[in-house]
Amino acid sequence: MTMAVSRNTGQAEPVASPTRPVYEISRLSKTYARNELVALQGVDLSLYKGEFVSVVGSSGCGKSTLLKIMAGLLPPTTGRVMLEGKPVMGPRPDIGMMFQQATLLPWKTTVENIVLPIEIRNGKAAAKAATGRARELLQLVGLGDFGNVYPGELSGGMAQRAAICRMLVADPAVLLLDEPFSALDELTRDFMNMELQRICMERQATAFLVTHSLAEAVILSDRILVMKPRPGRVVEEVPVELPRPRTLEMINTPRFGEIVAHIRDLLGKETFG
Amino acid sequence: MSDVSTTANGDTVWVEKDALIDRIPRSVAMVFLFVAVVAIWDLVTRMGWVSPIILPTPGETLADLMFVGGNLLSGDYMLDALWTTTLTVFYSFLIAAGIGFSLGVLVGETKFGERAVMPYLVAIDTMPKVAFAPLFIAWLGFGISSKVALAAFIATFPIVVSTAAGLYAASENERMLFKSIGASRMQILLRLKLPTGLPYIFTGLKIAAVGVMAGVITGEFLGGGKGFGALIRQSASQMNTPRVFALILYLSILGLALYFTVVWVQRRFVFWNKSDQPGAIG
Repeated sequence: MTMAVSRNTGQAEPVASPTRPVYEISRLSKTYARNELVALQGVDLSLYKGEFVSVVGSSGCGKSTLLKIMAGLLPPTTGRVMLEGKPVMGPRPDIGMMFQQATLLPWKTTVENIVLPIEIRNGKAAAKAATGRARELLQLVGLGDFGNVYPGELSGGMAQRAAICRMLVADPAVLLLDEPFSALDELTRDFMNMELQRICMERQATAFLVTHSLAEAVILSDRILVMKPRPGRVVEEVPVELPRPRTLEMINTPRFGEIVAHIRDLLGKETFG
Repeated sequence: MSDVSTTANGDTVWVEKDALIDRIPRSVAMVFLFVAVVAIWDLVTRMGWVSPIILPTPGETLADLMFVGGNLLSGDYMLDALWTTTLTVFYSFLIAAGIGFSLGVLVGETKFGERAVMPYLVAIDTMPKVAFAPLFIAWLGFGISSKVALAAFIATFPIVVSTAAGLYAASENERMLFKSIGASRMQILLRLKLPTGLPYIFTGLKIAAVGVMAGVITGEFLGGGKGFGALIRQSASQMNTPRVFALILYLSILGLALYFTVVWVQRRFVFWNKSDQPGAIG
């Protein structure tokens, strides 16, 4: 993974500041060599402890590329990508990730699936030692009785809750969420979003969500980055000052509607029509 | 199909029913079909519509079945022949599984295998592999090794193809998950791709089980020796058609045993995937 760290802009870097962001990205660009497509250009982003930040944008705006770079799955072309003060050079144990599908392995029980990251990184013995922790996490997401069943017996929503546990098992510093509930039906999705908020608030988690749904972004986030394609860039950062904890009823408030309308205007109406 | 009736208060009641032919239970259906085929067979031979040299009567075939069965049970020469064929089938299957799986991993996991090895495999696979039998006999002689070579040669290809396909079966999301938790290439292969591909690999093994039987018997037809295939050819050359039928029926037990052993192992290993195993056929 190559990363050009440019330090020629001469900006002051605060040393050991108490408000240092958990995740910090500056001047990030990504060009795909194969077709010279500029996927990302000049992206700056800071995630602070306990913050929930979303990125919205149409397909091809580079939000998935951004998430993959943040996860260490894809090398950037230029820029600074720092998690907890250390450059991200590849996948790291302090990054938790969640995908569109729950992607639980059907031959492992729920608990075995949850400790999979530990099994892969630290071996079977460490995974076994972590099963107690996996069971605590299952309690947290309300799946306490389902530790020993196979994923085939879990509903879509339950499987995603198990995936939340797997993401949390190594106690990551940042949670990266790639449209985590988009495969669920709408009612389950609303419910899971509220669950996600509760879990993030309880654990003071720092989370970064990629989504297609403006309503989902607004109900969950403290800030929303609006991205546009060609080249992929952040056009505006929209703060969401609705009080916490958020409830589904807030969707019907005028303020919520204004924020959604504002983002929709930014993206151009045709994008989400 | 549904019956529609009307109740006293005027509501309509629909009762859904399967068609009559779909309501016959499996055991009854199997027995019915068996009896029907044997009855037609009996009729055709008894009326002299078909020469007994071409098709013996069910009665003659049954008598030969008893004779061969008795010979097998008393441990006579036919049991030796069956044992020789069983060993040949067993060795062929193991060799085909070993080579097929290894080549399948090479093709499915490496770019080199996919680019360089696969085209040659496809080219060889499209040849009529039985045509290699004289070569195997020339190289390995008239013992069981030439039969093993032919049968393994025939059965290797379906295992290669299914193993390679199985390794591609893991989804993009699953691969990304494994990369995101820091899995090495070997870990992704062993912990994700291979388990995901097991149903495919077993499908290949089942096709190979059938292929091995065909290969061994062909080898014994062409290369002689002490196996069941040689017995069949000998009986056929004596126009002993009922004996040929009886021997084939006993041989099919060997094929079924191999096939269902694979099915049984699959059910133990791939306990999570029931959808690939309809009914009792696996």
